Amino acid sequence: MQQLLNTALGGLTLGMVYAAFALALVLIWRSTRIVNFAQAPMAMVTTFVALVVVDAGHSYWLAFAAALVSGLLLGAVVERLVVRPVEGGPEINAVILTLGLFIVLHALAAVVFGNRYRSFPAPFGVRGLEVGGTTIALTGFGVFTVLAVLVTMGLLLALFRYTDVGLRMRASAFNPEVARLLGVRVGRMLTLGWALASLVGSLAGLLIAGGSLVHPAYMDSVVVYGFVAAVLGGLDSPIGAVVGGLLLGVALSFVSGYVGSQLVALAALVILMLVLTLRPGGLFAQAAARRV
Amino acid sequence: MATALRRGRTWWAGSVLGRHLLVALLGLVVVVVVLESASDFRNLQLASMAYLGIAAGGLTVLTGLNGQISLGHGALMAIGAYTTALLLDDRDAGTPLPLVVLAAVAVTLLVGAVVGAAAARLHGPYLAGATLALAVAVPGIALYFKEQLGGEQGLRVVLPDIPTWVLDLAFFVTGQDLTRSRYVACLAWLTLIVTFVLLANLSRTRVGRRWRAVRDDEVAAELAGIRLGRARVSAFVVSAAAAGAAGAMMAITVRLAAPSGFTITLSLTLLTAVVLGGLGSLGGALLGAALLTFLPQVVTDLGVDAGLSDIQAAELAPLVYGLVMVVVVLVAPAGLVGTARTALLRRRLQRAGTGTSTSTSTDTAAPTSTSTTSKGTTT
Repeated sequence: MQQLLNTALGGLTLGMVYAAFALALVLIWRSTRIVNFAQAPMAMVTTFVALVVVDAGHSYWLAFAAALVSGLLLGAVVERLVVRPVEGGPEINAVILTLGLFIVLHALAAVVFGNRYRSFPAPFGVRGLEVGGTTIALTGFGVFTVLAVLVTMGLLLALFRYTDVGLRMRASAFNPEVARLLGVRVGRMLTLGWALASLVGSLAGLLIAGGSLVHPAYMDSVVVYGFVAAVLGGLDSPIGAVVGGLLLGVALSFVSGYVGSQLVALAALVILMLVLTLRPGGLFAQAAARRV
Repeated sequence: MATALRRGRTWWAGSVLGRHLLVALLGLVVVVVVLESASDFRNLQLASMAYLGIAAGGLTVLTGLNGQISLGHGALMAIGAYTTALLLDDRDAGTPLPLVVLAAVAVTLLVGAVVGAAAARLHGPYLAGATLALAVAVPGIALYFKEQLGGEQGLRVVLPDIPTWVLDLAFFVTGQDLTRSRYVACLAWLTLIVTFVLLANLSRTRVGRRWRAVRDDEVAAELAGIRLGRARVSAFVVSAAAAGAAGAMMAITVRLAAPSGFTITLSLTLLTAVVLGGLGSLGGALLGAALLTFLPQVVTDLGVDAGLSDIQAAELAPLVYGLVMVVVVLVAPAGLVGTARTALLRRRLQRAGTGTSTSTSTDTAAPTSTSTTSKGTTT
């Protein structure tokens, strides 16, 4: 019983991170119809930026902010300089481009920051909280993870729903031509969208790294889980990404706890294939079945 | 004399199989000469170029001719390699090498059929994500079944003794004793040549035309009576079989099948080779494999000279691949070979144009040259 509860709690915490990462993928997919496979190394680079700030003797929170800001900038730069030329082109070119970026950022981080495991600090305890005499799997940092992701989602929701910029961003994602005719600077909105997505991605990176080890490859499997979560909820639906992330987190946590942690990736693959075969639009598909 | 020449030329244009076999024979001669003069270390390097080339050849057929992308070819190679390792677990295993390779191909082919059937319904980013998940998942299987598949350490591959007739033949042809690494390199290159002849032939026949038709326009292909699903699955199966052969050769060359050899990086590297050479061109795939094999050393040496540590310098090679991949997509989506071919065609058209009257040449040359470029870039 206790193991069941702990597995579920661990899964929910991890699921929150996957949800954030999936949300980052969905934000980019909605605006530019590109799945940004380079999201993982982008987040990894910003985590290393935070590590540099921490190593320089500054506080965790300054490092946290530095990582988020560098994520914002990195997203904007990548969209403007590299991705812009392939937008609207053959989709295979965009896929190859983001994979090329994946390799570049990976290698660059290994050259600049070194190719070894380094521990990353956590602002809160990473030991289980005590509830009624027993230790449960929810850590102080886990609570922070859940809250941070929830706050970020709330802010994004507010941005898209209640602000002028959010409306313009939605318009340029929905129909670039019409939006442009109505005076929306679509290019800028796309850059902003990538920047925001990259920020959310780097938040996910920080949350996974906290109290654990970082390495140039530490986010590689997360991009797969984030993608599976996004597809599970429907690549077009931000709510779906969050629900998909939580579901996936719990499911993978159970596989890891009861079968074996080596098979987590295989379980993710099986879930992905099931979703794509049975319900290609994801759980939250709004439109009628769309070709995948 | 003139008629013989003309007859030769028509044969060259008409017989696809004959042409491929002739090129393969020439390739075989070149390979034997090169391997004979190379050192043991170079032979192993050339062997690894061969297995990368085989896998890249399979991938280029899938991506270039059929328009499907796969990031899972590293995983498919792993399946070929593990099959080989299980069959060659000790010296008394007794299974002849050709049978082992065929078994590796067959197993990978089966897995490829399953993956391909699922992949046939997907396109673009969905396919990329699903095959990426495959690449991440497969090494985990080897870790989970520790007893059978050796876990983190992997499985050792024991190369059977070289058959005496091969030793005799090698001595007869070259006058030297055949070393084990040279034997491995010869095997790998022989497999490469056989695979490439099969792939080249297949892509020039009805099957290949179907693949291209599906890639270029699904609706038109369907109207012409092509079953989309069947064409996609067959392309994936053929490509997976090549990856299986590559995995078998890798296992024999490295003499180990371990999860660390089949990371995402391997799959991405294969894609680099294919993009670099130009999607759909087997020669380009071989060029890409050559760059993957020989570039790291050059770049690492340059890095060390520039004052980087060894570990940092070792990361420069992937950095170069990645940068080249990005630049190729942005500047020359047809790849190195594709771009060169387009430039050559354009020049030939221009030269043909200057021979005739100028007014017609501009009319005919312009649309033809654009159609060749678009053929090179649509993937």
